[in-house]
Amino acid sequence: MTYIQSLIDAIALGALYGLVAIGIALVFGVMRLINFAYGELITAGGYTLAYLNGQPAIVGILACIGVVLALALVQERVAFRPLRGASPATMLVATFAVSFLLQAVFLLAFGSRGKTVGELGRLNRAWHPGSIHVRWISLVSLAVGAVLLAATTLILNRTNIGLHMRAAAADFRTARLLGVRANRVIVFAFLLSGLLASAVSILLTVQDPLVTPDYGVQVTIFALVGVVVGGLDRLLSATLGGFAIGFATSFVGDRLPTSSTQFLPSVIYGLVIVVLLLRPSGVFAPLRRAAVERV
Amino acid sequence: MTRRYVDGTLELLGPLVLVAAVGVVGHFTSSARQLEFENALVQTAIVVAIYIFIGNSGVISFGHISFVALGAYLAGEMTLGAQQKSFVVPNLFPLLRDHTVGIVPSLALAAAVGLVYALVVGIALMRLSGLPAGIATFAVLGITYNLLSYWTRIGPGVQALPLIPQSGIWTLTVGTLVAVAVAFAYQRSRVGRRLRATREDPAAAQAAGIDIYRHRVVAFALSGAVAGFAGGMLVHELGTISTAQVPDLQLTFITLAMLVVGGVRSLWGAVVGALLISGLDQFLGDAEQTIHIGFRLHLPAGTRLVTIGAVMALVLILRPSGITGGREVRLPRRGGSHGRIAAVPTAPG
Repeated sequence: MTYIQSLIDAIALGALYGLVAIGIALVFGVMRLINFAYGELITAGGYTLAYLNGQPAIVGILACIGVVLALALVQERVAFRPLRGASPATMLVATFAVSFLLQAVFLLAFGSRGKTVGELGRLNRAWHPGSIHVRWISLVSLAVGAVLLAATTLILNRTNIGLHMRAAAADFRTARLLGVRANRVIVFAFLLSGLLASAVSILLTVQDPLVTPDYGVQVTIFALVGVVVGGLDRLLSATLGGFAIGFATSFVGDRLPTSSTQFLPSVIYGLVIVVLLLRPSGVFAPLRRAAVERV
Repeated sequence: MTRRYVDGTLELLGPLVLVAAVGVVGHFTSSARQLEFENALVQTAIVVAIYIFIGNSGVISFGHISFVALGAYLAGEMTLGAQQKSFVVPNLFPLLRDHTVGIVPSLALAAAVGLVYALVVGIALMRLSGLPAGIATFAVLGITYNLLSYWTRIGPGVQALPLIPQSGIWTLTVGTLVAVAVAFAYQRSRVGRRLRATREDPAAAQAAGIDIYRHRVVAFALSGAVAGFAGGMLVHELGTISTAQVPDLQLTFITLAMLVVGGVRSLWGAVVGALLISGLDQFLGDAEQTIHIGFRLHLPAGTRLVTIGAVMALVLILRPSGITGGREVRLPRRGGSHGRIAAVPTAPG
């Protein structure tokens, strides 16, 4: 029975990391930019929820979505639009700088002690079918993850803007020559990824209600690792990568003997290195020769 | 003298003189302020170490602070007296527990451990490039942090390692000068030039018979050695070390940002970026405590980090190739853009 318990917990965490992974991969697809400051979108959502504690839940949720979308737009317009076409290393370090700056602003504005989100806490209550212990939030995470993944896939495959995004992801220059509007596509990708970030804020604050200036960093780093391990070039492989890293962290953590759980990060990072060496273009990427990246 | 030798001399002398000037000015300031100059020197050494690999190869690495950390812990542990070790780090491996050396030999040991660790990591990972390389080196950082935090056979675990003998600003100045000289010697050497060729055009370099993998491993190991050495300097500057300081994510980002802000493609850029950001950081830190510079300046607590972040972001947005544009120190040339590499417009948008 404990196996099933571990599995359920692992799937729930995997769904959350999968959501973060989609957000990162969407922007990467159209802009070749790994947005490290994605974590600060999640943090901003968390603070919004914390400051609207007394209000009805729906107010908090809507405000959270609004604030995160606004911040995503600001990031795109102020920081990342001028950087288009810079070298990948510069873009990556610039997103670090933006992340660092936003964390410093949060620290200055809200202090280092953190704010607690209370409103949706009752989702932490458990449901007990048999001897298993399932928190409602696990089921909600899973459902939200599935719905948003499906919605994103539908948008990408069934709408005009989705078609433009896929074209831009395949070959940005040619897509522009054929009339795809670069700014529109990129802004839309940022909006979509912001929407996902706000969903992550809402789900994450239920499980971990104390919002600090570096709240979103940890989950972003892990999801980012997952995205690269899974395969950055396709949305599905990136999402699966994010899911896999969340799943592995939770599952391996449950299964390690208690005396060695403190070495869990080493185990996970060790696995990451092995996987990257075996499949540099991603575990879930289609099998083909990755000749370009290998030397 | 031909232009080539003039250029070469300037390329070395520019950074050396700048570092030496920081050391000299630091020596003549009050002892309270001296610490800030020492910080700047050590950070410069770390950034130069990172530059040796990233600048010459064009491959990003988040793992270098691991080598700094290992160097710092080893140099710290090896200079502690036997009695101090018995109560601070009682579980160390016998080899670490039973020997004690002076500051300078401990720096050599730090460089050696950085070299060995980076060589092992490099042999394993240098076939990767691009983002997978970045993430794999990041995983190395994660593992190093995890092991140093919890494995009490190699360090004090979550506690700090205190009571380490401190060195003066001269030792640190000389150490940073050595790091700069090593970086210069490498980038002017045959192996260094070959690696720079692979940075510009991997396919052409390979076609010319350059073994990219082997040259990257060499640069990674050398840069690991200098990083370990810089870690040794760090521990002897602070007199104490804990995993909250190295191998820390924040230090990784700050040092990378220093390198990119200065200009990732030149040694001059690495030194200028490190000294500028570090100097600004210390200045703002003082201003939060109130300073007098002709007038009284007092900044509210927290402005330091915001300003540093904003400056880094602004420089990267306005000048993506860094303050120096990735060029070394040069005499002004006639004919304007000769010797520059024209920016290749690959820009989407």
